Amino acid sequence: MSNASVSSSASRNATSVERKGDRELVVTRTFDAPVHLVFKAWSTPDLFKSWWVPKSAGMSIVSCDMDIRTGGTYRLVFRHPSFDQPMAFFGTYQDVTPNQRMVWTNEESDQGALTTVTFEERAGKTFVTLHELYPSEAARDEAIVGSAEGLPEQFAQLDGLLESQS
Amino acid sequence: MVQYQARLDQTFAALSDVTRRGVLEQLGNADASVTDLAQRFRMTLTGMKKHVSILEAAGLVTTEKVGRVRTCKLGERRLEEEAAWIEQHRQLWSARFDALDELVEQLKREEKTHVQRKRK
Repeated sequence: MSNASVSSSASRNATSVERKGDRELVVTRTFDAPVHLVFKAWSTPDLFKSWWVPKSAGMSIVSCDMDIRTGGTYRLVFRHPSFDQPMAFFGTYQDVTPNQRMVWTNEESDQGALTTVTFEERAGKTFVTLHELYPSEAARDEAIVGSAEGLPEQFAQLDGLLESQS
Repeated sequence: MVQYQARLDQTFAALSDVTRRGVLEQLGNADASVTDLAQRFRMTLTGMKKHVSILEAAGLVTTEKVGRVRTCKLGERRLEEEAAWIEQHRQLWSARFDALDELVEQLKREEKTHVQRKRK
């Protein structure tokens, strides 16, 4: 019984999600593109917001302010039809090293993770590792799909799942 | 939701110990008495009782006392909820990274076109 992990079985490259230690969540994925393009998609606000919120989440972006440089801050505001109030996520970029690394805080709650993304070139492809370090074990385990990404739709799905099991 | 999270906390705490994970693995093969488990994991009966009670409280193990022997077996819940937790995160990241994949493909095509234009 090592760390639990699950990979998607789609024909695309698999996304692997793993719990590591007590306070970490690690997500990895390979992209069939050179690292500068993958980094561009993360570090250009207009591009970033086009993929960060999956269409299936049913959420719309109210505003997206991202000052992507070391010491810069970000603020993302989302709206979801099942919530009266928009949800804001914000923090600081602790490190932005082009084509290598991005580190940002999630400051909307004191239970937010420190997120580190690394980009590695592997034979012309890009291996991305997203690492979330939570302040405590409880914070990680209670993070419903990440502190900055709580998707109401998934709450609903989970509630449905729990109802059907009870 | 809150109740679910409390249960999940308890489960993760129960699983955080290497002996307790070993006990679950053992019980996956066959039911065993607390005495058997204590011997197998080379610890005192009291120590093993403590581990078993934590697993029991988390619903991962059930015990039944017949005469003087307490027999342990895997609980009904097992790891389904933990799997659900991981699956939730996987769904989000998979959807997000599939979208990123599409975008990156598009950027790749654009760059190729751009380079070809430059060459002309």
